[in-house]
Amino acid sequence: MALLEVDRLTIDIPTEAGLLHAVGGVSFTLERGETLAIVGESGSGKSLTSLALMDLLPSRAIRKAATLRFDGIDLMAAGERQKEDLRGDRMAMIFQEPMTSLNPAYTIGDQLTEALRRHRTVSAKAARERAVHLLERVGITAAASRLGQYPHQLSGGLRQRVMIAMGLMCEPDLIIADEPTTALDVTIQAQILRLLRDLQQEFGMALILVTHDLGVVARVATKVAVMYAGRLVETGTVREVFGAPSHPYTRGLLRSIPVPGRTRPGEPLGTIPGQVPGLVGDVFGCAFRNRCDHAAEACAGAIPERLLGGNHRMACILETVGSPQ
Amino acid sequence: MTAPAPSSALAPAAALEAVPPRRSPTARFLRRAGRNPSFMIGATVLAIIVAMALFAPLITAYDPYDQDIARRLIPPVWHAKGSWEHWLGTDKLGRDYFARLVYGARISLLIGIATVVVSGLIGTALGVAGGYFGGRVDMAIGYVVNVRLALPVVLIALAAAALVGSSLETVILVLGLLLWDRFAVVARSATMQVAHADYIAAARAIGCSTRRIVLSEVMPNILNPLIVVATLEMAHAILLEAALSFLGLGVQPPLPSWGLMIAEGKQFMFFSAWVIAIPGVALASLVLAINLLGDGLRDVTAPENRS
Amino acid sequence: MLLYILRRFGVALSVALTVSIVAFLLLHLSGDLALAIAGPEASPAQVEQVRIQYGLDKPLAVQYLDWLAGALHFDFGRSFYFRETVAALVAERMPVTMTLGAIALGLALLVAIPLGVVAAVNRGGWIDRAALVFCVLGQAIPTFWLGLTLILVFAVNLRWLPVSGNATWAHFVMPAIALGWYAVPAVMRLTRNGMLDVLASDYIRTARAKGLRWPTVLFKHALRNAVVPVVALAAVQFGFMLGGSIVVEAVFSMHGLGHLAWEAIGRKDFPVVQAIVLLLASIYIGLTFLADLINAWLDPRIRVA
Repeated sequence: MALLEVDRLTIDIPTEAGLLHAVGGVSFTLERGETLAIVGESGSGKSLTSLALMDLLPSRAIRKAATLRFDGIDLMAAGERQKEDLRGDRMAMIFQEPMTSLNPAYTIGDQLTEALRRHRTVSAKAARERAVHLLERVGITAAASRLGQYPHQLSGGLRQRVMIAMGLMCEPDLIIADEPTTALDVTIQAQILRLLRDLQQEFGMALILVTHDLGVVARVATKVAVMYAGRLVETGTVREVFGAPSHPYTRGLLRSIPVPGRTRPGEPLGTIPGQVPGLVGDVFGCAFRNRCDHAAEACAGAIPERLLGGNHRMACILETVGSPQ
Repeated sequence: MTAPAPSSALAPAAALEAVPPRRSPTARFLRRAGRNPSFMIGATVLAIIVAMALFAPLITAYDPYDQDIARRLIPPVWHAKGSWEHWLGTDKLGRDYFARLVYGARISLLIGIATVVVSGLIGTALGVAGGYFGGRVDMAIGYVVNVRLALPVVLIALAAAALVGSSLETVILVLGLLLWDRFAVVARSATMQVAHADYIAAARAIGCSTRRIVLSEVMPNILNPLIVVATLEMAHAILLEAALSFLGLGVQPPLPSWGLMIAEGKQFMFFSAWVIAIPGVALASLVLAINLLGDGLRDVTAPENRS
Repeated sequence: MLLYILRRFGVALSVALTVSIVAFLLLHLSGDLALAIAGPEASPAQVEQVRIQYGLDKPLAVQYLDWLAGALHFDFGRSFYFRETVAALVAERMPVTMTLGAIALGLALLVAIPLGVVAAVNRGGWIDRAALVFCVLGQAIPTFWLGLTLILVFAVNLRWLPVSGNATWAHFVMPAIALGWYAVPAVMRLTRNGMLDVLASDYIRTARAKGLRWPTVLFKHALRNAVVPVVALAAVQFGFMLGGSIVVEAVFSMHGLGHLAWEAIGRKDFPVVQAIVLLLASIYIGLTFLADLINAWLDPRIRVA
């Protein structure tokens, strides 16, 4: 049984202009030890998807799913208390805004230990020791002295590491990292990513990495889900999707980043002209068709999801499976 | 290779971003105001009270100053001893209570409007100066506002009225000189927002005078929040006038101020509660209407895209 | 932190000094004090005698400095009307007003903060709407009329509470409600809006992601941050209440500072009026200074700079 099963997850947000279909029918499964990267540009619904798994969506958002199961527990049917028991203990989340995601009124130590003390019966001393241990693991020096500090006394990079340590306090089975490195310097980004991958392998966790950075995906992930305008357009293992990108959007994405050894120096990078369409009201057909070179009449109709072999799937009517170049 | 997308395939997506037709600012204001219950209730009640004040002689045949010692403290019509002749009863000097109530609306409205004109001018001038020039000017004005806030309003107003001699004019002047603080605070922050906008920089660049920029560029853009403050301060001034008159140092008898009516009725309230209930309800309705109007205006004039 | 305190203290002190000048000038420039004291029937010679007797013939600056020097030692001279020193009068009346203000503020906070929290948590629900309607209605009711109505209902009709005076704790109940009434809408709105802002913040989402129970999220993580601006408002409101006590004390015949001020104004007893104006303003300035300190202490970003 998979650790996480998601089938046809949709998220609708009521707005003044009408119902915004932010996420429309996302499905995937995840096993322990796997890393799934959800890739897409901002506004594609990837962050909302990750929040929906934790049931932390803004209250006016409407979440629906045919199946949303974590380790056999039906998350759609679970009560608030049961979900509170799971959150922070067996499934944890690392947020993308290290500057605002920590409570300014409490010390790092207090905020680190409270999840552990909430879910386990441990002494204050033991909780502090674990906090120090994890801070050291995420590469924070003088960890013991950090516990008494307030968030505003730490740099963005340190706060992000604190967030990661916070997510690991109860050794969760699933950890969801929403753009954990966007707010950081490039050098720190690499460190944090390596750290996440090491910790994930060490603890045997499942990791969902939400990102718009394809470089990150190639280095860390085992599975990829490419998201566009609230739908998964292509999913598969990293090897499958990066080796034979099939959906025109995936190909466009891959063309727009330089790949060492493949992109020749001085060669212009690809761009995807046009804009993501508005998702308010009824949305039919392929959302990418107004930017797609291959758009046809049929793209305005229902788009079937097709298996391309192995775990490789895509939502496109295109028959030809090509390479990025 | 598939054929290029025909335009029909793109139509649904494009239609999703349709822009609503442009309306004139007045039409948009009326449309939004009409949908705002607080604005509509406030405006309606206020309109009724203003009409009563304006057309007082047409609404009641009685003179609010005519005394009739033989007909003192007649209860209102809903009492067993009441009659339609004086449907809200008469006061301790036999004056028609409804007539005094209607003419009293004139005093409350006059106090409210005149006070806000005085305090609005002072506060806006200070606030705009602070927000526009910034730096030391702003600091000095902030200091003046702090000093003003430290002064206890009722006490100062009472003392000043006692010294100068209490009258309608004194009340207006004293309250006008005291209630400008919120105008200054709001005008300052609104001006600061506007003063850094590009069009102000542009106006400066083409050599417009400070006076011209403030009057034609800054003022129109900070007017909305100031109007909201004006309604709140108007309600504040009306309440303070009533309190001053109640304490005997506001509007003087025989003027029919609502606060004064409550003060004069106080000694009879144990036996005839309506004596204080009627002017009290009138006062509360007027203040409530103005506050509702102000709250409504704030929502109606707020930027459209706020969720 | 120390620098912050010192700077705030400097500002507070200079505001207090300016207020003392304003309070002084206000009474001395609004008319001829000697004429006011001597009364309308006094002869010019009598007026001159009063002028010299009260030192009103000296230059204004000298009068001010004399007065200020005295005020610093709590020596505000002698009352024109009461046969006592101003300081003794004030000391006698002060406890009544302070007690009244403290109870009124306590009541207001006790009602307004929980109401604000409940309204924010049930945003758009019936409690929220009812609370907002109550706020708008409440603000429209004049304090003195509310006081009279309370007397009619609870003292005259129900006979639960005494009509007026300040002899027992029961005498303080209705005045405190009348005085605290006006502070409830402001505090409730600030609490509600603060809670709404905080509840939408990223760190509340973090707290929920840890699986913390809702009460812990609400009271430990949200209220703690939302209540910071309420402290400053409470201090300001307490200052307003001391000023507003003049009306309430008049309605309920409580012999506090406000009542004293009212009597003194009516009798043109200016040393008393001046002293009370200065005292209330100083208390207000002191309170806002204190609120700044509490705010700084509550917010680690200022405390641990």
